[in-house]
Amino acid sequence: MIPIKVLVPAGVLGLGFDLEALNYGVKNNPDIISIDGGSTDSGPYSLGSGKSKYSRAAIKAEWKSLMIAREKANVPLVIGSCGTCGTNGMVDWMENITIELAEELNQNLKIAKLYCQQEKNYIKKNFQLNKIFPLNPAPMLNNQLINEMKNIVALAGAEQIQECINTGAEIILAGRTTDTAIISALPLMKGANPGSSWHGAKVAECGALCSTNPTSGVVMVEFDKTGFTVEPMSKNAFCTSETVAAHMLYENADPYILHEPGGYIDVTYSNYYNIDKKKVRVEGAKWHSSKQYSVKLEGAKIAGYQSSLLVLLRDKNYVENVKKWTDKLSKFLKREINERMAIDTSEYSLEFRHIGLNSTLGELENNIRSPVEVGVLCLITSKNQISTEIAKLINPFLLHFPLSSNEELPTFAFPFSPVHSDRGCVYEFALNHILELDNPMDAFQIKITEV
Amino acid sequence: MSTLGEKVRKIRSKNAGPFWITIDIFCGNKKIYKEVCCKLTNLEIINLLMISEQHLKRFEIDDLNVIKFSFPRKIIQGDIFDRDMHGAQLAVLLSEMKF
Repeated sequence: MIPIKVLVPAGVLGLGFDLEALNYGVKNNPDIISIDGGSTDSGPYSLGSGKSKYSRAAIKAEWKSLMIAREKANVPLVIGSCGTCGTNGMVDWMENITIELAEELNQNLKIAKLYCQQEKNYIKKNFQLNKIFPLNPAPMLNNQLINEMKNIVALAGAEQIQECINTGAEIILAGRTTDTAIISALPLMKGANPGSSWHGAKVAECGALCSTNPTSGVVMVEFDKTGFTVEPMSKNAFCTSETVAAHMLYENADPYILHEPGGYIDVTYSNYYNIDKKKVRVEGAKWHSSKQYSVKLEGAKIAGYQSSLLVLLRDKNYVENVKKWTDKLSKFLKREINERMAIDTSEYSLEFRHIGLNSTLGELENNIRSPVEVGVLCLITSKNQISTEIAKLINPFLLHFPLSSNEELPTFAFPFSPVHSDRGCVYEFALNHILELDNPMDAFQIKITEV
Repeated sequence: MSTLGEKVRKIRSKNAGPFWITIDIFCGNKKIYKEVCCKLTNLEIINLLMISEQHLKRFEIDDLNVIKFSFPRKIIQGDIFDRDMHGAQLAVLLSEMKF
């Protein structure tokens, strides 16, 4: 069965890919088509709310191309981390899109769904049994924190994807998985080199980002007993030993070690060399199995409800003294909020950011010069939905607050009506832990649908 | 005196999961790589980024002529006080360093 060819259409579904390159990939006889559907990369909102970062229409259009490609290639199509966050609801959302498309395309399909979401009681039980361990750094875990969590997912590895492949499904819709597991699962199953299966998966997990032409998307990775070969499918993309090796650095705190469920790879002694202008061959990654199988957990809880206001300052005196102005305004507002609304400062946070001065880097900024104008972004985050009312109280003062008492009331520039924007519920990541499992399927379920 | 950004080929920074930031300095060639390895101290980096020394990891990757720094975020990605979720603008601070 070796070598095994895995076609990766893009780093994530929703980002687009080169259709011509995809068709070229299909002609090159892949054994499986694997694409990632999510990440924590865009912050905690997706996991907290259980919603997709990308629009349904974008996902549907791209998934349609992949379902057509799958039928042509007659191989399984796998997506990991459905709907950005990989909750159960997002697996069902992806199933819904798949069923709509199956009808439109007149395809008969067996669909395997891998559910990765975790019940709070199951996490509490495992926490009490000392089966959950913190990674570095991690929020302090306790039952109260678990109770506050909106959604908790476990990251599936190769074992759970292999279970799905073994069902004979044409399409696999997986909840949260590691970015690499959807690519490494089949080569590992068919006896390819374990270290290289994970290493090749890491190289290809962002699609053509490991090539000279990242936006082309599509790459093919061929896995065998001793290593892997990676090739971009676009005419205008090339892999070089440097572009491939450099990808191991990308988004990785450690450039040599990559942890996965069940162990880790070490690529310290890997060799990268160009076979031809496009293809790079890599050998030498070592897989180290851990004694105890474990999976990583992700969780998000509500951080509060947020409202924002933006005011623009062009007056030279106010631009030069903007920090002083917001310090004074902040003190004044806190007193007003307390007196008029009876809300203590412990119940909300009020923050001013100075756009044009240091709003990107904050205290790290070391190049502050006086700009021609400053945008003052006012952020209110409260435990309950009172942030809107606080924003409305702030509104007139943000417009007219004077630096000194003996001057005419100033009026600044509001670019919007209404002035405030409700950002609704905002979330925070609250887990960076691993969960030990006796059996890889213990925290996961597979369901089959036929259409 | 020139800046580090003018000296090397590329500097990028990125979140490595919600809890870490990683910075890659692509030196471009062996000569510059050796010079940067030699002259760029951890002390300069921890002062620039206001992090403590025990949190900073430094890697010198000879094959790629890359120096890499990783450290845990003081503010978790997407926290209400986070200003740059992807941490990608931090690289500018290194680029503008006097070298």
